[in-house]
Amino acid sequence: MTAGSSNSRLRVNPIACKAHGVCIELLPELIGSDPWGYPVVSGHLVPNRLMDHAKRAVEACPTIALLLEEVPQTPTSGRS
Amino acid sequence: MTAASTVITSTTPLWYATRATGVVTLVLLTMSVVLGIMINVRFATERWPRFVTIGIHRNLSLLVVTFLGLHIVTALLDSYAPVGWLSVAIPFASSYRPLWLGLGTVASDILVALVITSLLRTRVGQRTWRAVHWTAYACWPLSVVHGLGTGTDPKAPAILGTTVVCVAAVVVAAAWRLASGWPEHRALRLTAGATSAAALVAATAWTTSGPLKADWAARSGTPSALLARAHGTASTGTGATAAALPALPLTTDVTGSLSSSTANSGQSSVTINGTGSSPVAFHVVITGPALQGGGVQMTSSQVTFGPTSQPTLYSGDVTSLQGTDIRAAVTDSGGGAVSLDLNLTINGQSVSGTLTASSGSGQ
Amino acid sequence: MNQPEAAGREGDTARLYAAQSAGSGQTAESGRLFSGPADLAGHVGAHGPLPGHDGPAILDAVDRSGLTGRGGAAFPTGRKMRAVVDATARVRRSARQQGAVVVANGCEGEPASAKDRTLLTRAPHLVLDGIAAAARAIGANRAHLCLHEDEHALIQVVQLALKERRSAGIDAVDVQIAALPHRYVASEETSLIQFLDGGPAMPRFTPPRPFERGVAGRPTLVDNVETLAHVGLIARHGPAWFRASGMANAPGTALVTVGGAVTHPGVYEISLGITGAELLELAGGAAEPLQAVLTGGYFGAWLPESRFLATRIAPKDLAAAGAAMGAGIFVALPRTSCALAETARVARYMAEQSAGQCGPCINGLPALAGALEALARRGDTRAPDYINSLAPYVAGRGACHHPDGTTRLIASALSVFAADVRTHLGRGPCAGTRRPSILPLPALAAEAHR
Repeated sequence: MTAGSSNSRLRVNPIACKAHGVCIELLPELIGSDPWGYPVVSGHLVPNRLMDHAKRAVEACPTIALLLEEVPQTPTSGRS
Repeated sequence: MTAASTVITSTTPLWYATRATGVVTLVLLTMSVVLGIMINVRFATERWPRFVTIGIHRNLSLLVVTFLGLHIVTALLDSYAPVGWLSVAIPFASSYRPLWLGLGTVASDILVALVITSLLRTRVGQRTWRAVHWTAYACWPLSVVHGLGTGTDPKAPAILGTTVVCVAAVVVAAAWRLASGWPEHRALRLTAGATSAAALVAATAWTTSGPLKADWAARSGTPSALLARAHGTASTGTGATAAALPALPLTTDVTGSLSSSTANSGQSSVTINGTGSSPVAFHVVITGPALQGGGVQMTSSQVTFGPTSQPTLYSGDVTSLQGTDIRAAVTDSGGGAVSLDLNLTINGQSVSGTLTASSGSGQ
Repeated sequence: MNQPEAAGREGDTARLYAAQSAGSGQTAESGRLFSGPADLAGHVGAHGPLPGHDGPAILDAVDRSGLTGRGGAAFPTGRKMRAVVDATARVRRSARQQGAVVVANGCEGEPASAKDRTLLTRAPHLVLDGIAAAARAIGANRAHLCLHEDEHALIQVVQLALKERRSAGIDAVDVQIAALPHRYVASEETSLIQFLDGGPAMPRFTPPRPFERGVAGRPTLVDNVETLAHVGLIARHGPAWFRASGMANAPGTALVTVGGAVTHPGVYEISLGITGAELLELAGGAAEPLQAVLTGGYFGAWLPESRFLATRIAPKDLAAAGAAMGAGIFVALPRTSCALAETARVARYMAEQSAGQCGPCINGLPALAGALEALARRGDTRAPDYINSLAPYVAGRGACHHPDGTTRLIASALSVFAADVRTHLGRGPCAGTRRPSILPLPALAAEAHR
């Protein structure tokens, strides 16, 4: 875990997602759009400075399709 | 055009507050419904992204709850109309216009369900949330009908105008909702559209023949005590105040007095004054040559009738006289006609009996 | 020779494969799965009764045998069983929810595959033994065998076998047959779970995976019927016997379906690790000169003929070669066919078979299929770039792996047959596009799937 990143990542439930596109509007730094308006998330950890925006995007999804899930931290040897 | 019109008023601030918050709630609810539809049809422009619609919809809905709360609390606290605590949650439990008030209770119950499921959306799950949210399409029309049915001044231009604008807004939004995504679910859309159009027509017909009619207060279930109190006060408060007759047809016991006199010309006149247990008063003068054994052969007559506060509201004359059975036809200055049927028992100088008043110019 | 010709779908234009009887076309050490008759008495006579080992002993045996799933994912079966056992222990449930569930996947969704229905027809009791052993291993009190609803002959065979077992009273857990709609995505493991729970046979969003929360919320073991048949044999003969065949990192035998331009297309039982050349030999050799072999079915990839001949038939080796073992499907493509046209047909079929739940699949697969068709039939010059730019938006963005398989197949077609791509772009469709198709597909139709 690099300094400044949380231990959560964004994930889309593709069955629930109906391409409202609200998350893309609210978090353009992390969520892109595919050719049909569906969100593309990278799967990387969300930086701390964007966590509030990420939570807001999750809250705003009309179909509860955007999820913020904690990634189990694998222990690293030495300094992290 | 029927005769009587009653407007129930009170000058208490609470009463005004209830009406005002009610109107505001309806306006906010209308906006919330329109915004909800805008979410569904994915309305978005460059300057108005989707998250704005969602944010305003959610905040407005919470504001609706606030104003609805004030509306309910002021109605409960106001002692003028007997809306009991029970009717906050239980529909049709109030003594004041139970049906029309009850619709408001149903609407507010639905709103509570909508708000709670929305606040707990992640716990409740998308399917349940969606199912409950569909009932918003019932909540709004119930609110409109509640407002028209319980409102005491539906004819006032501001109130009626607001209602019409709200209905127009939702009709336009609903039409957009039905059209968006056509031709998917074609049968469902056509059915919904036809049903809504029919409901709109029915509601308009009901409005013009119900709340916009003069006698709506009595027909809608306003307690008679309130109706009576309204005539008694005949207040000079702002707004439309007019002392008026109780609802017709009316039958009431009457008591009164009788006097007779004879002029030098040989004409006799009999004067009967009376009041009813319903707050009405009448005054009958029958003139004509005296009859052997008492009584009068009527050649002319004069009758006045009206609420006790305005006993000469109606005037006219006797149309038939059979012993102590007097029939009269009276009109007010506006041309409203009432026919009277007096059945009297004369006891010296006091009279008693029954008076039946009905609208129209008599049989 | 036992011909399960009737075990095909009605109205199917796919070629039906005949099972090979034991002894012909198989090496001496393989030929385990079909070595007995189909009825209960004969089955017990040939294999012996299922031993009464307890759960932990069976679990240990499967673990040490190194058996991996034969349904396509090649996940170690012992590890999957342990995960179910751990999940059962981890969560305290109400008494009503106690016990795990075994789901045997006999829904052979790939049109080019015939191994599962052949196995169920020829050796149903081996599969049912496997289910019983697996149920003991994971402490299951409920078991289902999933089949496609239009496989009437197959359902009858299984029902008859179950009847024999019920009369003999040999199963502690009664196996319920579930008849699913015949769709490609129905055989996905979460589709089976959702169907068994009363819903549609369509994939669910995961997590949770079935081993944690499956049928009725219980930990569920979902395994291919062939995997379970191997479990039934391991329970009898032990892990060492199982490992006597195959390779160290891919032990045991496996059923494969070989089709296309070979002399004897059919279902064969092979030792894992034989070469592609040996596999083609088993099937009587190529019927005409080949250009490539579709390896791993419609979820796999193309391998050029020379590459295929040299590669070992085992999950890791095929993956390293850029393909996959999948459900053991191999279709030989002759030189006279057009690989692009064949792949375009498969892509269109897969697009139609989408469950229709996820945007990237609903939109992406038809777009990819259309582009490939344009390339194959008209030499559309925009097609290759369009496909390459679109593919990252399709693969990996659905709830299941349906779009991933198709995207990989299309990508492998463009790379393996790059020369053909250039020909089509330069000179238009080749002669191969007019050849009748080799890859089996049910008649393409715009079927509503809602």
